[in-house]
Amino acid sequence: MNRSLRPLLATVIIFLIAYAAAVFQFPGLLSTRVLGNFLTDNAFLGIAAVGMTFVIISGGIDLSVGAVIGFTGVLVAVLITWLGWHPLAAFAAAFVVAAAFGAAMGLVIHYLEVPPFIVTLAGMFLARGGASVITQDSVPIDHPFYSAVSSLYWRLPGGGRLSFVGLLMVAVFVIGAIVAHRTKFGSYVYALGGNATSASLMGVPVARTTVEIYTLSSVLACLAGIVFSLYTSAGYPLAAVGVELDAIGAVVIGGTLLTGGYGFVFGTFVGVMLLGLVQTYIIFDGTLSSWWTKIVIGFLLFLFIVLQRLVFAASARGDRVAEKA
Amino acid sequence: MTRIPLARLVNTQTIALVGVLLLNWILFPGFFKIEWQDGRLFGSLIDVLNRGAPVAILAIGMTAVIATKGVDLSVGAVMAMAGAVAATLVMSGQPGWVAVLGALAVGLACGLWNGALVALLDIQPIIATLVLMVAGRGIAQLITEGSIVTFSDPTLVFIGTGSFLGLPMPVVIALALMILVTLAVRKTAIGLFIEAVGVNRSAATLAGIRSRLLLVTVYAVSGLCAAIAGIIVAGDIRGADANNAGLWLELDAILAAVIGGTSLLGGRFSIVMSVVGALIIQAMNTGILVSGYPPEFNLVVKAGMITLILMIQSPFAGRLLTWFGRNRRKGAS
Repeated sequence: MNRSLRPLLATVIIFLIAYAAAVFQFPGLLSTRVLGNFLTDNAFLGIAAVGMTFVIISGGIDLSVGAVIGFTGVLVAVLITWLGWHPLAAFAAAFVVAAAFGAAMGLVIHYLEVPPFIVTLAGMFLARGGASVITQDSVPIDHPFYSAVSSLYWRLPGGGRLSFVGLLMVAVFVIGAIVAHRTKFGSYVYALGGNATSASLMGVPVARTTVEIYTLSSVLACLAGIVFSLYTSAGYPLAAVGVELDAIGAVVIGGTLLTGGYGFVFGTFVGVMLLGLVQTYIIFDGTLSSWWTKIVIGFLLFLFIVLQRLVFAASARGDRVAEKA
Repeated sequence: MTRIPLARLVNTQTIALVGVLLLNWILFPGFFKIEWQDGRLFGSLIDVLNRGAPVAILAIGMTAVIATKGVDLSVGAVMAMAGAVAATLVMSGQPGWVAVLGALAVGLACGLWNGALVALLDIQPIIATLVLMVAGRGIAQLITEGSIVTFSDPTLVFIGTGSFLGLPMPVVIALALMILVTLAVRKTAIGLFIEAVGVNRSAATLAGIRSRLLLVTVYAVSGLCAAIAGIIVAGDIRGADANNAGLWLELDAILAAVIGGTSLLGGRFSIVMSVVGALIIQAMNTGILVSGYPPEFNLVVKAGMITLILMIQSPFAGRLLTWFGRNRRKGAS
């Protein structure tokens, strides 16, 4: 078996073991109803995490994701409720704003040589502040289009509901995986994360790729914001606070290296599902308080980081042995 | 007697701080008025110092960590944990000093944990400290059982709101800590070692620096600083709020260090300038409050300010300056 797939396999196995253990305790977790809700409830996180995967594979980080989700929600809600725009027009406007925002961050990161960590931190303040300047309150969205999309679902055998947003997340993951592993842009992203200097010497358009990566991340965060506003039927400037950390967590658990150059979009999907499993398990248990979610996720992060180190140390040793032979 | 060279006090950060303070003064004429009341100083300027103290304390530890090419994302969560431990200890009948020592021990343990992950397991600092950032707040909530634990212990309240020589206690603590750490890094070789490890860890190790021990120490100091900030914040509100204590302060602390000229790529740092950076951030916050602008502008102004300061400090601006210089010389010749 391909050695580079080992961390991904480890993630999948750990997810399956955790899921089996959870089902053993609460057989209800196996129903399609729960599985359908899994996808719906984590749709916005999953979509944002796809963008984060690209950023992290390229060796960067995007802290502005949660703030962009909040800003998009507020912008869309204000355009629809206060100005009477059609939701689709509002979505288009939000995409344009998010793309410009991401591109600006990419430009600053590449041309001003400021670390992504700080640029996207400033971006986070800007987006969160911008949302609060527009409005401080939660703006409800009451539009026939919204209720139509929210009630769109396919009934699964066993009473489960596969919602539109859940399917949308799966679609984003499939497209993301194809883009990452099968396109020129995808190989540029990996090359950049592996070693930016060698990548540029070998003809990778570093400036354009960097701008595209952060634009992609912001656009996907915007899509996540739209999904979040469909989910809650409202826009709130403090929505999705800290989602960037959940997204980073999902990416790390999914086996992507934070040093860049190595990772899988599918791994992030498993990471998101694992985070969802932790939350659902705690809700099912009922006696555990919500803070256990954070502790368990922290523990999982630790577990996967150590696991990655061990797997990579082992494969590096394997390579050395192979070289000697 | 050694003279402090005037040129060293005139730099981007000091000018920025003076600029923000003057702006505050224009917006609010009473800004520089300081009164002596009940044996301590009062006024907006003292308030900036007092409110800025927790971030300044975090920034002191953060600066040392960043100088080793690391970052400590867990300081906000450690603050929450330290506050929770101190509050629960006094509520269970322990004296104040035991609570303080307990909170400091928690901070030290957190720092050692981070340091062990970074130095012994060779995990990237941003990930290693992310673990505690996520889990730490959960642990703090576990300690306080999700509620805000209020107390009236005189020792803790004195640390948060008392005064010494007319200055608020948080300011005195921050000042003492700043002097202590600055002396430690500038009067001994530790500062040089930190910079060496930040520039090139393997080269530093080959040159005989015990980089693992140094890294663990630096993260431990950051954890201790976070615990001190946590005790101050808890003492100030006379309660431990696991949900909100220190929330997002790690970002303010990193920002303070970066504004202070510490390079995120490691190897260059100044403790005093980071404290100045923390004061710039707080002066901006206070300025927006006293000027009567809605506080929502706060984040936008902060974002604009960071971008501006970073642009001035970026290598791009440096190249632009040399380019201009060359052209001017060309024009002259």
